[in-house]
Amino acid sequence: MLKRVGNKEITEDGSVIRLGDSVFPAPFKSGLEYASPARGTWNIVHTGMLVPETHEIFVCAASCLRGVVLTAAEMDAMDRFSTVEVRENNLLEGNLEELLIDGVSDIIVKLGQKPPAVLVYTSCVHHFTGCDWKVMFGTLRERFPDIDFVDCYMNPTLRKSGLTPDQIMRRQLYSLLKPRKTNRNAAAIIGNDLPTNKNSEIISVLKKCGMKLHEITSCKTYEEYQEMAESSFYISYYPSARAGGDELEKRLGGKHIYLSYSWDYDKITDALNRLEMLMSENKEDDAFESLNGFVKEKAECEKAFDEALKLIGDTPIAIDYTFCPSITTVAKALLEHGFNVRRLYVDSFIGEEKEEYNFLKEKYPELMLYATVNTKSRFMAPTGGSVSEKWLAIGQKAAYFLGTENFVNIVEGGGMFGFEAVKDTLELMKEAFLNEKDMRKLVQIKGMGCGCCGE
Amino acid sequence: MKQTSGFISTYSADTFGVCSALFELGGMVVMHDASGCNSTYTTHDEPRWYDMDSMVYISGLTEIEAIMGDDAKLIADITEAAKELSPRFIAIVGTPIPAMTGFDFDAASAVITAETGIPAYGFKTTGMRSYIYGAGEAFLRIADCMVNRNITRSENQSVNILGLTPLDFSINKSAESIIGHYAKKGYDIISTWAMGCTLEDMKKAGGAHMNLVVSETGLPAAVRLKELFGTPYSVGVPVGGEDIDITDMYPAGDPEKNRSAVFSSGDGDVKVLIIGEGVSSKSLAKYLNIKTGRSVASLTATDLSEDEISETINGYKNLETVIADPLFKPLCKSYGDEKGMSFVSLPHEAFSGRLYRKDIPDLIKDANEILKSIRK
Repeated sequence: MLKRVGNKEITEDGSVIRLGDSVFPAPFKSGLEYASPARGTWNIVHTGMLVPETHEIFVCAASCLRGVVLTAAEMDAMDRFSTVEVRENNLLEGNLEELLIDGVSDIIVKLGQKPPAVLVYTSCVHHFTGCDWKVMFGTLRERFPDIDFVDCYMNPTLRKSGLTPDQIMRRQLYSLLKPRKTNRNAAAIIGNDLPTNKNSEIISVLKKCGMKLHEITSCKTYEEYQEMAESSFYISYYPSARAGGDELEKRLGGKHIYLSYSWDYDKITDALNRLEMLMSENKEDDAFESLNGFVKEKAECEKAFDEALKLIGDTPIAIDYTFCPSITTVAKALLEHGFNVRRLYVDSFIGEEKEEYNFLKEKYPELMLYATVNTKSRFMAPTGGSVSEKWLAIGQKAAYFLGTENFVNIVEGGGMFGFEAVKDTLELMKEAFLNEKDMRKLVQIKGMGCGCCGE
Repeated sequence: MKQTSGFISTYSADTFGVCSALFELGGMVVMHDASGCNSTYTTHDEPRWYDMDSMVYISGLTEIEAIMGDDAKLIADITEAAKELSPRFIAIVGTPIPAMTGFDFDAASAVITAETGIPAYGFKTTGMRSYIYGAGEAFLRIADCMVNRNITRSENQSVNILGLTPLDFSINKSAESIIGHYAKKGYDIISTWAMGCTLEDMKKAGGAHMNLVVSETGLPAAVRLKELFGTPYSVGVPVGGEDIDITDMYPAGDPEKNRSAVFSSGDGDVKVLIIGEGVSSKSLAKYLNIKTGRSVASLTATDLSEDEISETINGYKNLETVIADPLFKPLCKSYGDEKGMSFVSLPHEAFSGRLYRKDIPDLIKDANEILKSIRK
């Protein structure tokens, strides 16, 4: 419960807007930014740790190290994490390359067992001082020929300059893969922090096509990780993974298939049929049979919508952007099925949401958009516990800002895709409607699903 | 190598020290940073974030703004937010990139003050020093710019307590215990910099008879208040409810230049080593020496590297016990196993953040627990 430090009444102006009055993709004016206590999404430390047996070394200023080192500590992964601290004298003396080379070398020598690969994270200061990555990483590779090095980046200053740090991380995560003989019966799902749900139709399609599945989340050894490189297909369905998939296609030769996250039956059907068709075409002896209508799956979804609506009724619903890659498709499907979606907590939309955004803007202009990083967002969480009426929140930030313990505790789509994502989410909504969770405790855990303490 | 940490955490940085010191005072604190500083500070270094309103933000600096020197964007954003939120003051706090680009904190602050009528202050932190420096600078600025000059001494014996932040004392009632300790001795408490205290209280600090410094973050302000008002100060945390005075360890008050990293209390071979923040660890060392008769050393680790800390530990040949934050354990494990050295956990928010928060002891009330653990 927030205790006010002043008496001034703060209006919502600037932090809330009717969808009908908003513009795509950035509905709010940029300015100073607030950070809410909801922390479930993964960061570059969590994601980097997905490569088994590797070691992460961050080369940054103390203020930047502080967050990442404690992320590692909370994951109980300090034995896979080290730091090299950049100080003022390094900027003045211009010896950042030397510091990185000597610092990383010093750490590797100190480690009891040499890791097969080291992820070296540089920061904004390396970018602005024009460091020579070829020299830094070339020297490290010469010094330690048995270790694979990959350049990773913690440079948030560049978050609006081309690929975001998140996109770059998901690209670099697979750059350690070395070319090997392609197996036409192998595919890899890439770019997810969380494992793809076993019930997902992606898995069914892969099984149907007789494909061996690789996914980084199930790799236990560095060699298992390397086996991903045999894949004929790299499948991604998380938008930030798209650039990494394209890079893999160029470098290793397999085909990258990007499947856009959607709750639209036709789009899901098209995506899954495209996936199956491309895999069948790859096989000389196994031609694609016919387009699948997914009639059964659609009927199951409709049933799930009906059952959830019967229970939840007109309870107001809020969805936030951390729940899944595209909350507009979720909002559209729920609204079209009669649910009372009233709020979206979102600071900006991604490009592939434009169609759903336009649909919602035209048909549901009263839907309210709430910023999560606006200066006033700080004061929008209820001071007396929860808001007076019962809300159902889908996502952690919506739960925090509404002060509700009835919420779906999922981030980044939770490994769900396809009709299964629709059915499972509706099931989770029912469960959340009926049962309260310890919101305060749960939303503050960093990197939900990565095994951090408190989970 | 002095700048590498193979196995342990890093202390909170100067940027977050400023934020922590100013958190409760009704000001708007803006870290001039791209992203990351805000979530780091509010997740790991600010236990009051969930429960107490404040106005701590980041500027959202981008590459193009940094390269083009677009300070006008920051000034406009702060001015607009300040007009909406009416903070008592505005603090612009530095991080690595403004340090590189040579951002002019003083000029930007002056423009913002002129635009809003709200006092604005720039803090030239770089994100490359420890929180001790940052919080110290924040308290010093309050002494310099906000404390009333025309004030007479209070009639009753009165004190200010300087250097209270959750980075050193968490939110486990340690601050209340310190305040209670001095109140029980009959002192009027004028201000407590800066937990459980308002800016109005701090403005009256010049009227105190004595300043009590409970962490190194309070030293610069104590020195300045002495210069301004002639107020004497003493340094020490009342561990176990005892009056511990270690003022002589800080001859000139500057925690970065004039204090010794290693402090030994008692004669003979050092048996117990405490690693942590300077004032707390020295005070605890003195307390344990008084209570056990053993020679106890403390190591102020807030500005030391992993190698320097390791060398100090290894330099004590007859060490039996190390008392430190659990994230120091890897340095004691490799050495201590051979020697049968025991490790007593003393979590410190400025080092391990929220990770062991529920286990942080109130050293004023619960020092006995530490005493018991080293007597075992």
